[in-house]
Amino acid sequence: MTNQEALTDYVLRLGDSALILGQRLCEWCGRAPAVEEEMALMNVGLDLIGQARNWMEYAVELQGQGQDADQLAFTRDAHQYRNLLLVEQPNGNYADTCARQYFYDAWHYFTLKALCDSSDARVAEIAAKGLKEVTYHLRRSSEWIKRLGDGTEQSHAKMQAAIDEIWTYTGEAFIADAVDEQMQAAGIGVDLALIHEQWRAHVEATLQEATLTCPDMQAYMQQGSKQGIHTERLGFILAEMQFLQRAYPHSTW
Amino acid sequence: MAQAHDNAPDHPVHYQVPELTDSLEASLRSADLITTDRGRTLDFHGRRPSLDEVWALLAQVADPEVPVVSVVDLGIVRELVWAKEVLQVYITPTYSGCPATELIESEIKLALMQAGIAQVSMHQRISPAWTTDWITAQGRAKLKAYGIAPPEGSASKAALFGQVQEVTCPHCNSQNTQRISDFGSTACKSLYKCNACLEPFEYFKCI
Ligand SMILES: [Zn+2]
Repeated sequence: MTNQEALTDYVLRLGDSALILGQRLCEWCGRAPAVEEEMALMNVGLDLIGQARNWMEYAVELQGQGQDADQLAFTRDAHQYRNLLLVEQPNGNYADTCARQYFYDAWHYFTLKALCDSSDARVAEIAAKGLKEVTYHLRRSSEWIKRLGDGTEQSHAKMQAAIDEIWTYTGEAFIADAVDEQMQAAGIGVDLALIHEQWRAHVEATLQEATLTCPDMQAYMQQGSKQGIHTERLGFILAEMQFLQRAYPHSTW
Repeated sequence: MAQAHDNAPDHPVHYQVPELTDSLEASLRSADLITTDRGRTLDFHGRRPSLDEVWALLAQVADPEVPVVSVVDLGIVRELVWAKEVLQVYITPTYSGCPATELIESEIKLALMQAGIAQVSMHQRISPAWTTDWITAQGRAKLKAYGIAPPEGSASKAALFGQVQEVTCPHCNSQNTQRISDFGSTACKSLYKCNACLEPFEYFKCI
């Protein structure tokens, strides 16, 4: 694989995770437990979709096939998506949404922070822009873990259950494949072992403050998204997200 | 607050934002949520204006989401260059997902065309990333007069993360305020309430 091909895949992974989580968050529109949460979820989702567009615009330039970012988002099928399995998991109850968001935000924050030093100038630019936004995302989701974990008996139980349930999807991001290794060697991508260490320290500290039990860091982790193998959830997300372009190809407004 | 902005990096060099007169403020206050071309008085038909004149024109183009401030006050317009007869406009979006970015582009284009500058080329520049440090002193004053607390401190990482910022109530100037949510009606604002006068208000958060 040439560096350019590996970079395209690498950039798509970042963009796809942001896009799919942004889409998931939009499902809360009109249903959030409080108006402040409604606004927060929509703002976070919007930030992520904006970041996804920045990554995808770069990906199509790298591919050089004359596509645009919308075509990448709306015409690829599930096996062509490279988002983490974590972000395609359902919203569940509010604790489930908060757990998924927190584990993602912590990974996202340390990843973008490291990518600010990427040898690829465009990657560094997009990361620096996103990092400012993700800093607020992480602060918000960390606060919710603590508030629910260290809240009532019921909120504690739900938060713990949510963490235990999603845990098996949190390790995939840190398992390097050939693309990750090639990008790290080229100075473009991050050192996943380092990100994992930072992520683990953040998670342990947050869960401890939240009086929650941190699951086993050595537990078996689901993986596959880096090769396009997803849970069945992704198909449903795409069916809704891509409906318009599938039903009325090339329509614009 | 002032020191953060005085040495604002990379701000367009040679442009002085016009005085915030009563009439300017009145027209800003009456602006709708949708921007209009109200109040734009400059006309360059038949000649190529200087860059200073173009800056002055763009200082009248309101931000669509916070119409009390202009796209120049917010530091969104980064650079203007004449390339022969084509005006090159460089803008930096505030947030990656800011839904107003396209609208801002077309508002700028429209204002330029109405003033007689027909050939315009728009460019988006994402690096260096937009920061609230670029909001001008005038912009800050206008935000406060409008009831939105302007960003406090510089957008350093310390200010962004963990540290609780003291935010001054735009209504009564009390520092006894409390954050309700980091995310307000638009990505750029947080929700606060004042414990002194009990009014809720929005805070233009530091990034
Ligand atoms: Zn007050």
